[in-house]
Amino acid sequence: MWRPGTVVVLHDETATARTITLEVPDWPGHVAGQHVDVRLTATDGYSAVRSYSIASAPNTEGRVELTVERLANGEVSPYLTQEVAIGDRLELRGPIGGWFVWRTQQTEPIQLIAGGSGIVPLMAMIRSRVAAASIAPFRLLYSVREPGAVLYRDELEALSNHGQPVNLTYTYTRAVPKDWPRPPGRIDAALIATSTWPSNLVPTCYVCGPTAFVENAAGLLSDYGNSADKIRTERFGPTGDRK
Amino acid sequence: MSSHSYDYLDGNAAAGELSKIFALDVTAAEGQCAHCGATKRFAEAHLYMRGPGVVARCVVCEHVLLRLVNVRQRVFLDMSGMTYWSLDTSLLHQISR
Repeated sequence: MWRPGTVVVLHDETATARTITLEVPDWPGHVAGQHVDVRLTATDGYSAVRSYSIASAPNTEGRVELTVERLANGEVSPYLTQEVAIGDRLELRGPIGGWFVWRTQQTEPIQLIAGGSGIVPLMAMIRSRVAAASIAPFRLLYSVREPGAVLYRDELEALSNHGQPVNLTYTYTRAVPKDWPRPPGRIDAALIATSTWPSNLVPTCYVCGPTAFVENAAGLLSDYGNSADKIRTERFGPTGDRK
Repeated sequence: MSSHSYDYLDGNAAAGELSKIFALDVTAAEGQCAHCGATKRFAEAHLYMRGPGVVARCVVCEHVLLRLVNVRQRVFLDMSGMTYWSLDTSLLHQISR
């Protein structure tokens, strides 16, 4: 079932990522971590469908925020990050997916690991935790290409300051900030050991990013003693838009 | 794991297509592989979407679990790679549409 959504707010997160807020009448509500399918139809009838994670916490206002990263060869993401205007209508199917979700009833430690725009569904979980005043302890390990590619930087900083609910570790794959202690590179066993929950606390782990990133991070979590059924993953492909 | 090419997604990614057929979200369901007997969430399957349809493979043995192809106004669904699905209706109730 496709629902029309109207673009009500546009916000550029970085040079290549934009958050689109949609107002969707009769939105049934969602759970943090779910995604939607977005359908665009051209005047000649050609249509394209892509999946995007929901960035916003569950709410009762019928509002859905999507953060879309522009991909150089993408068919849909250049439109959504450059062309779309306030008042435009997009078709949505969802919310979708009942596995890669965090519910406010969960009280166990939560380990989030994001690669690039894989932060989006994890941000929905963090926002959901804050909105529900949950006491579940959250840790986030966030891998980005370079400092300028961080999404939601100010909000994450505010939520991870001393005494705040999220323990946040950044790691960079290509360029690091000045005087950063760790050289650029992929997540490795040492970083998992120093920045994620000890496995004996039995955290539920959520890993989202490109397929190769997820493969690496989920494997390291497993090697660190986390059992496979506590590691939930959401991969997105290396080419094309998310899907 | 036998697959070293990273051209697959998770079973989660098929949720939209499957929602056209099933009234409840089935990606959170547990399913048993008819080949190796592993019981996993469908969301954990490896999903291949590059072809004309969707193919889900067992995360343990890579055997085909499900094939879904859309041809014009017809949907073909082959689930012979799974012996059963088990659904938690208490969770499904919260997100059913």
